[in-house]
This record gives sequence, C-alpha cells and structure tokens, in this order.
Amino acid sequence: MADEKKPGLFEKGGKLYWLHSSIDAFDTFLRVPGTVTFKGAHVRDGIDLKRVMIMVVIALVPAALFGMYNVGLQTSTLYGLDWGFWNMFWYGLLRMLPLFVVSYVVGLAIEFGSSQIRGEEVNEGYLVTGFLIPLIVPVDVPLWMLALAVAFSVIFVKEVFGGTGMNIWNPALVARAFLFFSYPSSMSGSSVWVSKTWVPALKDVDAISAATPLAIAHDGAFDAATGAVGQYSFMDMVWGFVPGSTGETSVIAILIGALILVWTGVASWKIMVSSLAGGLLVGWLGQLAGATAVPCYYQLVMGGFLFGSVFMATDPVTAAQTETGKWIYGFLVGALAVVVRLWNPGYMEGMMLAILLMNTMAPLIDHCVVSSHTSRRAKKALTA
Amino acid sequence: MSNNLDLKKGLNIPVKGAAAPEVIQTVSPDIVAVKPTDFKGLVPRLLVKEGDIVKAGSPVMADKQRPEILLTSPVSGTVQQVVRGEKRKLLAVVVKADAKQEYVDFGAKAPASAAETKDLLLKSGLWGALIQRPYGVMAGPEDTPKAIFVSSFCTAPLAADFEFTLGDSLKDIQAGIDALAKVAPVHVSVKKGSNTFAQLKNATLHTVSGPHPAGNVGVQISHIAPIMKGDLVWTLSLLHLAAIGHVINTGKLDLTRKVAVTGPAAPKTGYVQCLPGTPVKAITAADPDVRIIGGNVLTGETLGAEGYLGFFENQLTLLREGYEREWFGWAKPLRPKVYSSSWCYFSWLTPKKQYDMDTNLHGGPRAFVETKCFEDVTPMDIFPIYLIKACLAGDIEKMEKFGIYEVLPEDLALCDYVDPSKNEIQAIIQKGIDLMIKEMA
Repeated sequence: MADEKKPGLFEKGGKLYWLHSSIDAFDTFLRVPGTVTFKGAHVRDGIDLKRVMIMVVIALVPAALFGMYNVGLQTSTLYGLDWGFWNMFWYGLLRMLPLFVVSYVVGLAIEFGSSQIRGEEVNEGYLVTGFLIPLIVPVDVPLWMLALAVAFSVIFVKEVFGGTGMNIWNPALVARAFLFFSYPSSMSGSSVWVSKTWVPALKDVDAISAATPLAIAHDGAFDAATGAVGQYSFMDMVWGFVPGSTGETSVIAILIGALILVWTGVASWKIMVSSLAGGLLVGWLGQLAGATAVPCYYQLVMGGFLFGSVFMATDPVTAAQTETGKWIYGFLVGALAVVVRLWNPGYMEGMMLAILLMNTMAPLIDHCVVSSHTSRRAKKALTA
Repeated sequence: MSNNLDLKKGLNIPVKGAAAPEVIQTVSPDIVAVKPTDFKGLVPRLLVKEGDIVKAGSPVMADKQRPEILLTSPVSGTVQQVVRGEKRKLLAVVVKADAKQEYVDFGAKAPASAAETKDLLLKSGLWGALIQRPYGVMAGPEDTPKAIFVSSFCTAPLAADFEFTLGDSLKDIQAGIDALAKVAPVHVSVKKGSNTFAQLKNATLHTVSGPHPAGNVGVQISHIAPIMKGDLVWTLSLLHLAAIGHVINTGKLDLTRKVAVTGPAAPKTGYVQCLPGTPVKAITAADPDVRIIGGNVLTGETLGAEGYLGFFENQLTLLREGYEREWFGWAKPLRPKVYSSSWCYFSWLTPKKQYDMDTNLHGGPRAFVETKCFEDVTPMDIFPIYLIKACLAGDIEKMEKFGIYEVLPEDLALCDYVDPSKNEIQAIIQKGIDLMIKEMA
C-alpha cells in the first residue's frame, strides 16, 4: 500500500520527496515504523504518542455517544415530539457528523501542511483536539464559523509555537474561545444549546428558549425544596438529560472517560481531584456569602465543569508539569471557574476561561515549585 | 546519611534470556584487544609497536596529558596489530596471546598509604576503573575524592549476578577495599537480604532495595550523599575492586571474569569465563540480523560480531533487530508480543511474563508530551524533565541547579525506554555533561 509507493518517488532525492511528511504520516498510521534504536537504550517500550492520543479519544467516546443521543432528545423535547431512542440518536449523529468532518479536515490539513513546511513527521495531537472541538461547541454552530475557529486555533495556538508539545494553550479551548468572542450570538444566550430541527415547518420557532441549567441557576431559579434547577432535577444533570454542549452534559459518561484516563495514566488524577476540590470550596464559600443558593456540589454537575476538569485541564502539554504544581494548577482551575460563575454578572460559564488562564499560569506555578525544590537542595548541600 | 534505602520508583524491564548461574564455557582467546575508547576522558598515546612482546600487566598505552595513567595488556603475547580509525584515531591494540601466560609482578603486598595505592593502580592499568563523578570520566591521579562508592549488585535488565560471579572473591574484594580506604572512605551498597557482601569490613555498608535503577551507584550516591557543586567522588565496579584486590594478594594482574551471555536472541545463555578484550565471536555465535550489545539493553554499546568485549563489560546481550512492521500496532487492543510499562496496553495483566524484545523503536520521535513517566522511573531527588530541557538548551546555570552533577546517562536510561515521544534522553544528558566539562575546565 503506502509502502509500495515509497521507494524512489518519495525517498530523499525523489521527485515527490517534499511530500514525505504526509506520506510518512499515512504510512506509520497503517504500520508501526520499522525504525530500530541506534543510540541510547536498545529496547523501547511499546507505547508511543499515537497510542496515548487514541486512549484519550476512546475515553471521550462515552461522552460523545451520549451527547449525540442527548442532542436528539433535547430537540425532540423542545418541539414537544417523542422521537424514540434510535431516532434521537440518529438525529444527533447526523447533526454531529458534519462538525467532526469539518474539525478534522480543516485541522488535519493545516497540521499536515505545517509538518511539510517543518519537514517533520505529522504529530498525532490533533486526533484528540479534532474530537474535542465538536463536543464543546453548540451543535448548530455554522460550519464556516467552526472551520474558521479550528484554523485560527491550530495555526496561532499550535503551529506557530512548533506543533503539539510546544503549545501554551489548549487548542480546542482556544477554538471555543475564538467562537465565543467573535460570534457571541451563536455561542451564548438561551437558544443556542439545543439544535433546531431540519423540519422546515418547525424551524421558525425562534422564541423557544432552552436555557442550560447553569443559566437557569444564574438567574436564581433554584428550588431549594426539590433541589431542582428550573425544570431539571439533580439526577437529570447527573445523567445528562439537559441542554448544553454535546460532550459536557452527562456526568456519568464523563466519569467513565475519567476512569479510562486515570487507569491508563494518560491524564493526571491529581489535576482532576484538585480541580473538583477547588470548585467545591469556592461553591461552598459562595453559598456562605450569599452569592448563590445552589449547593456547592451542583457546581460540579452543571455546565462544562466536569468535562473541563477531566478532558481539558489535564492536557499534559498545557497543564503544570511538576506533581506538586498539578495540585495547585488543578485547584486554581476549579476555584476560578466557580468564581467566574458566581461573581460575574454576564457570563455564566467560567470553565473555559479558567483553564485558559491557568494554562498561561502553569509555567509560573512550575517555576515556583522547581525553585523551592532547588533552594531546598542547595540548603541540603550546605548542611551535608 | 542513610544506611537503608528502600527505593520505590523504577522499572524492571521483563526481557527474556536471563543467564542461569553456571559457567557454560571457558574461553582462552587467541587475540585480545585493549580499547582506549572504553575510557572516557583518556587521550591515548601508544607505547608499543607491532611485534613487541608484552606480559600480562605490561603497559601498551598511556594518557597524553597524564602519562602516569597506563593501560596494560590483560595477556602475555605479541602485539599483532594497531587498529586505527578515521583521522588515525587509535581504536585498539590487538595482542596475540601466548600459550603460556606470563605476568608482570607488581609485588604481593598491601599498600601502606594513599600514595602507594594510587601508584599500584596506575602501574597495573587498573586506574581506568576509577570513574569520577560528576561527569563520569576517568579519575584524576592528583585528586582526593570525598568518598569512593561501590555497588555490589546490578539491577539492570539481565545483568550478571555478582553473588555468583564474585561470591568466591571476597578476600580480593576486601583487600581492594582496604587499599582504597587509604585514599578515601569507602561506601559499599548491598542488596537487601543478601549476606555475601554484607560481610565486608572497613567500609560503610548500605542496604538497598527496589527496582532498577536501584543498583546504579549514581542513584545510591544521590540518596547517601548527593553530589553538589565542588564535590568529587569516585566510583568503581565490584568487578574491578576484586581485580585490584587480586593484584594486592597475588601481585598479578588477572582480569578474568565471568561474562553473562544473555538476551532473547542468544543461542545459549549462561556465563562464559574470559578476559576483557576477548573477540565477541569467541564468546557467542549470532545470526547476522542480531545485535550484539556489550552490557545491558539500556546502556550497553553495540559491539558487532567483529567487536571485542570492553574493559567495563561483564555482560553480552543479544537482540534481534526489529525491522518488522506491525499493521496498526499502535491501535490494536492487544499486542501480546510487545511489552509496555504503561497501562495503555495490557501488559499489566501478565506481570510474570518475559518478553522476546527486539530493537524496534515502537514509534517516531516527537516533542515531549508526557512528563510523569520520567519521574516514575527516576528514584532521585531531581526533576528529570527540567534537567533534560536545561541540557537541550545548553544552560549551564540551570543544569547545575537541576542536578547535572548527580547524574550520568545510565541513571536516566529508563527515561529513554519509557518515553512515548522517543527522545534520546541519554544522548541529551551526555551532551549536557560534555558541555559542562568544556565550560567548567
């Protein structure tokens, strides 16, 4: 297959050598490279970045599948229809498919092009980013907007820094932030989070509101007696039968993903746990201070908090790198996210900006951790 | 200071082909090579020419800057060939061995002072066994180290078992310790639960347990007395400690050692008794697509079928070259033939299994992504990733801060192994150390 084409044409000196990054990418995608070690350790572990990245994608699958079903469910509920399980799922799948296609096609095209320019092998980081982006944007987002956001984030957040492993901010989140600040009307408000149907007769019901629990809670519609936020009960939010971006609604699906990530060691449980702790603490303080009536643990199940803590904050490239730093970083992500939720008049979802801010701060956290470690070492040297 | 170290971090790589504790062959080679390339920091000057007669213990080379440092022939015989490489770089002096061995007499008596000990080591050609830390270069005869460290066990994959190979040389080892203790305090680390080397005296003993690299002397030093700026310590292998003691006890230089022939591609595993400098093909046979490594799979050098066993080596590892390409290897749920210490594969289901490993890289080079994997295999009080990045940047000040004095590439060899981004960590560290030597000289 790809290998047969290789000799001559794509080899060094061949006519199409300039395409070698792309050819290598397809080739090594199909088959593990036959490269042998030439210095350093003579044997190497079976793990490579492709495997690490595919683990993250697998961990995202439960949230994605549930999200597709939920897209159908929310639309069907909004119009007062009862489509049944499979129709809901098919609807969601068909709505999500173009988003995935656009995200991957645009992102990978840029990724391949940049690798060509750098003359390096294509990095597999975009496997995850491309899967994440459709899960965190409104399902009805115009595809050209999505394409623009993907292009912006891949070029200006990843490739200009040198590709996966060199970036400062999480590219998927920047794509979302780009949409949020450039096209706020498509990204916020109470009508964007549920997909409008394709049925023309039903299409023009613009006035219909489908606010997310987070927005409802923000407006103060919390029933302390039943524990419900608007029409949604606590268990609705745990299962995920609420409006929101595709991936974020189901606590259970996200926790399955978290289990996979922690079990395989791909993502840091320290960041997840400390982020939850930070969110709980600030949520509780907010309750005491009278900023909200919602119990602190609601903060974890509403909106994108859990999805962000599990899949976005834990990105090994943009998170803190030291083990102590991970505790601090995670805690501040959670705490900041809830601070934004509670003490911000306009914008109710704090997770995106909290993670991006902490991405910026992560090197500083690491610097402090490492400095205190080296000065401790220096002291030890003096006393020894 | 700690006398009992229980290290938790690290990894024992389950590669197939351990050597059972029995000598399967004794080799008296026709020719033996003395390789100056075995010694870091030595610039060789030739002392013999082709046709010269030498005894076991006669000098064949000296260091250019420090002419008192000699390399000696391990056998008696005739200098057959001087092997040179590019730019006439001296690669080896090949000696054709006599049927009957004659030895230079160094006088069988214990050195009475530090100066006498140093003198004996320099004359006998065993000075090269002393490795200085920081930097891992040959020790300087003018220096006095803070301490001398010896590890009496090796945790590297398939490593030779010193209890088997040197368990009967306790008298020599003790004599070696007594002589070196005149130069500086000697520390010996002993594997937890082992009694053989726990009997040694005149040295501070430390019991150590844990997975590889717990047996690495550098890791042990970093817990016993970390090397800081300005510190100087020496290390040497138990192998050479016994050889030093043997010279003291008998007056003869006898480097005969039991070499572990190991690895999944070895036709027959076991111990072969031979000298350093013995041609590899005299020790073991190998197919053409097999890589013959002098040392272990993590830190050894590729010798090739025409190579000679090195001065420091007491192990050969044979591995198949991993040219085969596996369809969708990275995506397969199960790859029973490939071991991974990461839980992204299912090797954790079969903790006892030994793997027929080859030299495949299992991936392509990428930028650093994972960070915790390095810390999990580095039982030292350093941040490996920061040290590695400081070495890449060539930032002397940061390298110092992050502990370049404490490490040699061998101490971070497992980082090479576990890295999903397939970076050459040992090469990066070595480059950092080379820069330090250049800048700090």
